[in-house]
Amino acid sequence: MVEQTVQILSNERHSELYFRVVVRAPQIAPLVQPGQFAHVRILPLKEALLRRPFSIFQAEGGTFSILYKTVGKGTEVLSQMRSGEGLSVIAPLGRGFTVPPAGGETPLLIAGSYGMAALYLLAQRCPQRGIVFVGGRRRVDLLCEEEFRALGWEVRLTTEDGSGGEQGLVTQALMAELKRSSEGRRLFACGPTPMLKAVARMAAEFDVSAELSLDEHLCCGLGVCLTCVVPIKTDGGWEYQRTCTEGPVFDSRRVAWELVK
Amino acid sequence: MNLSVQIGKLRMQNPVTVASGTFGYGVEYAQLVDLNQLGAVVVKGLRLEGVAGHPTPRTVEVTSGLLNAIGLQGPGVDGFIKKYWPFLKELKVPTIINIWGTTIEEYGEVARRFDALEGVGALELNVSCPNIKEGGAQFGTDVRLLSQVVGVCREATRLPLITKLSPNVPSIRPYAQAAEQAGSDALSVTNSFPGMAIDIETRRPKLGNVTGGLSGPCIKPLAIKLVWEAAKAVQIPIIGMGGIQSAADAIEFLMAGATAVAVGTANFYEPQTALRVIAGVRQFMQEHGLRDVKELVGAVEVGQ
Repeated sequence: MVEQTVQILSNERHSELYFRVVVRAPQIAPLVQPGQFAHVRILPLKEALLRRPFSIFQAEGGTFSILYKTVGKGTEVLSQMRSGEGLSVIAPLGRGFTVPPAGGETPLLIAGSYGMAALYLLAQRCPQRGIVFVGGRRRVDLLCEEEFRALGWEVRLTTEDGSGGEQGLVTQALMAELKRSSEGRRLFACGPTPMLKAVARMAAEFDVSAELSLDEHLCCGLGVCLTCVVPIKTDGGWEYQRTCTEGPVFDSRRVAWELVK
Repeated sequence: MNLSVQIGKLRMQNPVTVASGTFGYGVEYAQLVDLNQLGAVVVKGLRLEGVAGHPTPRTVEVTSGLLNAIGLQGPGVDGFIKKYWPFLKELKVPTIINIWGTTIEEYGEVARRFDALEGVGALELNVSCPNIKEGGAQFGTDVRLLSQVVGVCREATRLPLITKLSPNVPSIRPYAQAAEQAGSDALSVTNSFPGMAIDIETRRPKLGNVTGGLSGPCIKPLAIKLVWEAAKAVQIPIIGMGGIQSAADAIEFLMAGATAVAVGTANFYEPQTALRVIAGVRQFMQEHGLRDVKELVGAVEVGQ
């Protein structure tokens, strides 16, 4: 991990709801593994103290980028920042996804809308292509469809209101696929907790392994404050582990789901 | 220019340390901060056994502050010694171990365990965690219990004892004096303040534990006043803490009567804060022609 004030190269609208900020960070970009995050202090946001965590979307050469939606004051201020301005970041942080080896299982990626941002690097670095399932409430909540297709991945869209792709939940589309064939498949998911719980249930039902990027509220991001803990099974029972340090990606079988709110 | 200070028998190369619970066990910051530049490292509170901690959500950001209810999650004495002590004992700067117990006897036992561990710099007694019913605030808000806890630890160890006082008392004076009389070598002033936040849409408290401890810049003036009052009440040195983000903040604490300071919540968002504070104090001393940082201690001029 590196702490640095990095320069914004571009900060533009990526889709109707999402922005994409690209920063120059030659010390950070080469270190990034799929599923890791950057902890960002938005310097013009004077009244906020804490950093905000963002999945790293793309990393190439000396730059990396973040996809974000304006959901609060922090991201609102971030969206108004211009190229040339500085962002204080600590990155890359956390333990990300395991890139499957060549000739291994076929990856199935499951994303609840913004979860796509955390899965792109995995798709890019997977030696074999797979299927990415992306779901959201409406068509505008979905993103990165073209980016995944450009990598040669099959993209299946679902929306709750039917405005894009199949109507329903992303996990329903996944269920249908696993029913067709579950052997030799491996799941990777990022999205809200109810979606992750459903993916974990399906992974158990079909006996496939699943790596899930957990969606916990973070504070320091460095493993110090113990805010982002999740119950993880141990030999004798369970213990709290840190989403920011032991995670955010956990094997679904290790999570003590009955204790997760 | 002399920045070193004495906290009882403990010598610190400069007056800037970190607040327990905001710096883990030091190792978490090793990649980002040169720990050997600090005055000391203070670890998160330890009791005999491991502690699971409170349910989530455990922290919530509030205006200019942070509300937390972690519940002193920790590995216990043995877990700490096994997992973290090999790293900490190699540091060139002292480690201050923050300890707590659910009974007076447990405080004594934990103190004895660390007394037997070669290389510990000092013990800080946590009698003021607002989130732990037993072992936390109850010892810090009852003068008689406070005296007993400090007394038992005094008997258990020759290490410097620093008693971390609760802010949640009508006057800090009798608590500061009770700790001093029971053999405390120094005081930490102060812990976080009890607080609460509510989500108005769900009508639920924002913390899993319902209430928590408030820290960060919003508590600084409250803490400055407590340090000032405690410093007038005792002869022993005080480590001042509460919302320090800059050298100017730290100097305020020194002027209020603190001999040393601890950076707390700021570690969570700007890990370099303590190092910047050290550099800034040095610069202030240069600009003001001061040769010893002790010239700042208690330098506030209250009279006409």
